[in-house]
Amino acid sequence: MASNPRKMNRRTALTETGRLAGAVCLGSFSLAALIQTTGRADARAMRPPGAQPEDDFLAACVRCGLCVQACPYGTLSLAEWGQEPPVGTPFFTPREVPCYMCRDVPCARACPTGALDSEIAIRDADMGVAVLVGHEDCLNYKGMNCSICVRVCPIRGDAITLEPGEVNGRAIMIPTVHSDHCTGCGTCEKHCVTGHASIRVLPRDLGLGGQGRNRAGRSA
Amino acid sequence: MIGWWISDSRRFGVQAHGLLRAHKWWLLRRTSQASVLALFMLGPTAGIWIARGNFAASEIGGLFTLGDPYMVAQSLFGGNFPAMPVLTGALIILAFYLVVGGRVYCGWVCPVNVVTDFAYWLREKTGLTRDRKLDRRTRLVILGATLAASMVTGTIAWEFLNPVSLLQRAFISGIGFGWAIILAVFLLDLFVSRRAWCSHLCPVGAFYGQIGRGSVIRVSARNRDACTDCGACFNVCPEPHVIAPALKGKASPVILSGDCHNCGGCIDACPVDVFHSGFRWEKATPTKSAAPSSEREQTVG
Repeated sequence: MASNPRKMNRRTALTETGRLAGAVCLGSFSLAALIQTTGRADARAMRPPGAQPEDDFLAACVRCGLCVQACPYGTLSLAEWGQEPPVGTPFFTPREVPCYMCRDVPCARACPTGALDSEIAIRDADMGVAVLVGHEDCLNYKGMNCSICVRVCPIRGDAITLEPGEVNGRAIMIPTVHSDHCTGCGTCEKHCVTGHASIRVLPRDLGLGGQGRNRAGRSA
Repeated sequence: MIGWWISDSRRFGVQAHGLLRAHKWWLLRRTSQASVLALFMLGPTAGIWIARGNFAASEIGGLFTLGDPYMVAQSLFGGNFPAMPVLTGALIILAFYLVVGGRVYCGWVCPVNVVTDFAYWLREKTGLTRDRKLDRRTRLVILGATLAASMVTGTIAWEFLNPVSLLQRAFISGIGFGWAIILAVFLLDLFVSRRAWCSHLCPVGAFYGQIGRGSVIRVSARNRDACTDCGACFNVCPEPHVIAPALKGKASPVILSGDCHNCGGCIDACPVDVFHSGFRWEKATPTKSAAPSSEREQTVG
């Protein structure tokens, strides 16, 4: 590496190479450790539609913000230092501005790296899944006919429906999310009338129970 | 007559050529840095979309995509094969810097350069000249480490820290608490070591330095026989080691090191016009002083 030719026998050459490799290891593992401590996109910060799974996303996204600038609603922003997702990556907070599910998905089309699947059809997007988390505050659970989440849903009638139920002997209509249709756009979370949203978009692994580990009752 | 604010290294140049000419390349460089940033800021702030995106990847006039080759390299190490637009964009950028000089990125585009140049100027003016010497090859170790870390974590590793990305995003989208990182770079350059960041540590510069080893446009000490040994060029240069072989050597007068920013600082500062911009294949020219030139012609052939 040095420009002046130095006298080097095999021993010093090996020592120097070892030292160099050690220094590179020191640097790379320090940086890797730092990366492990930074947040992943969490339940408060959703990725744009068409985003690859988080691990692949972080290897692909160069943090250029083309998706952010392509969004006509100002939904997306690049994470600043100290915000939940890794610095510079695009995210949105549904309670502030949800994804309006443009048919042409301009954000994903704008992505130059493949971090967002530019071929995605918006109905197939998986930004997360809406979950009714606030049973104690949800007005429908209190017997009122709020149903705002059902009425604002862009995939009305499919992603979220009202199912009859009963609480304390009273008939109520329960907003029920159907995860195979819900894209996690967050419109329901945005419009929920309770102080903090009673219905929230969560990443699928946080929001869904998944199949039981016990095979009982399932056909073989 | 000469203002106190003028960098000590440019004083001879100002005396010989006047204020403006002794800052010609400096002014061009600052204009370039500001223009590139302004181009990207016009969209989000004024709605004039000439350039979309930021330094990492961009779409120019809706016509073509540009990409940062260093980030694409890390992405590849992270186990991801980037999509075509950013890949070809990175190749365009690579080709561009192969022509104009790799570290032209540092001197003419990078906003951190303004911060560290300011730190250096302040260092000079406050007499904080005591120095803890860093090895300038440290940046190559860090460059290797970022690539290795990309491989270990499967991410674009340096982007979790990169002050260059942070600062350009500060103007285009936002930075948050990242100002602390920029401040750290500034304080490092001011109090710890001379030109610590850009010339010793930054892996982005190290990456572009590797491109710069082969680049075409170079600074040439064409008129080196006129050198008065005033030291102005060495003082103004962010990478002083690149000058000596061209200025004091017997072979080509062209500064061939990849570390050269092509910033033109030496051209500005030199009171006797030793330096000019030129191309890498420029040969040592025969000069007026007969004896050394004929000797040189024999050795160069």
